[in-house]
Amino acid sequence: MSLGLTKSQMAAIYDHGERAYPHECCGLLLGRFEPEDRKTLVETWAVENNWEGSGEFGLDDGQTSQRRFMISPDDYRQGERHARSKGLEIIGTYHSHPDHPAIPSEFDRNNAWPVYSYMIVSVEQGKAKVLTSWTLDDDRQFQNEAFFQAKEV
Amino acid sequence: MTVKVLIPGPLRRYTANLESLELEGSSISEILADLTGRYGDLKKHLYNEDGKLRNFVNVYVNDEDIRDLNQQETSVQASDVISIVPSIAGGSSCA
Repeated sequence: MSLGLTKSQMAAIYDHGERAYPHECCGLLLGRFEPEDRKTLVETWAVENNWEGSGEFGLDDGQTSQRRFMISPDDYRQGERHARSKGLEIIGTYHSHPDHPAIPSEFDRNNAWPVYSYMIVSVEQGKAKVLTSWTLDDDRQFQNEAFFQAKEV
Repeated sequence: MTVKVLIPGPLRRYTANLESLELEGSSISEILADLTGRYGDLKKHLYNEDGKLRNFVNVYVNDEDIRDLNQQETSVQASDVISIVPSIAGGSSCA
């Protein structure tokens, strides 16, 4: 699979990661599923990190929002309604790894679905560094996803 | 009795790209059993290795989370619409 996004969309993810530091930021990727396993990002949808509420969903593992994030189903549904109102779909999600490489963790893997893009930005000492994207394969293993810079609309 | 179930985008590749299905059952557990019986490849993305619904997978009857009803034993009516909604969770490895 591959994902197309613009320079300003990448900048929005970097900025969100830096603003949230030293906590993890998170958001939804709204766009379109295209033929031949391609996706196009149209809008980033920033969401408040709701990790403190994760116990309600049985997700709390004792970590803090400096190491974890959660987008609640209510926030997901709100993002989905916004996407649908614009003829878009949720095509993935993004989050930051403060002072940690942009590589998915086992926790990321256990809480993922296929097809979606899982973008991760590493933020070192408050400065966004590396952006990566991943998709889960049919065996529930993360594979690096190619992304390319699309033209600004 | 059949009930309408909305399939989220990432899981449609397992349901012949159908956005919604009419599934048999009078409770959520029966509906989900019908779903995974028809589309077996979907099962591992909804259930963990212990056969339990993955924590990040949420099921709604209309606008109500089944956690606030009777969990998977929540009964459903033909007029209900069932949604499968993820909590998106993740994070970096432990320090």
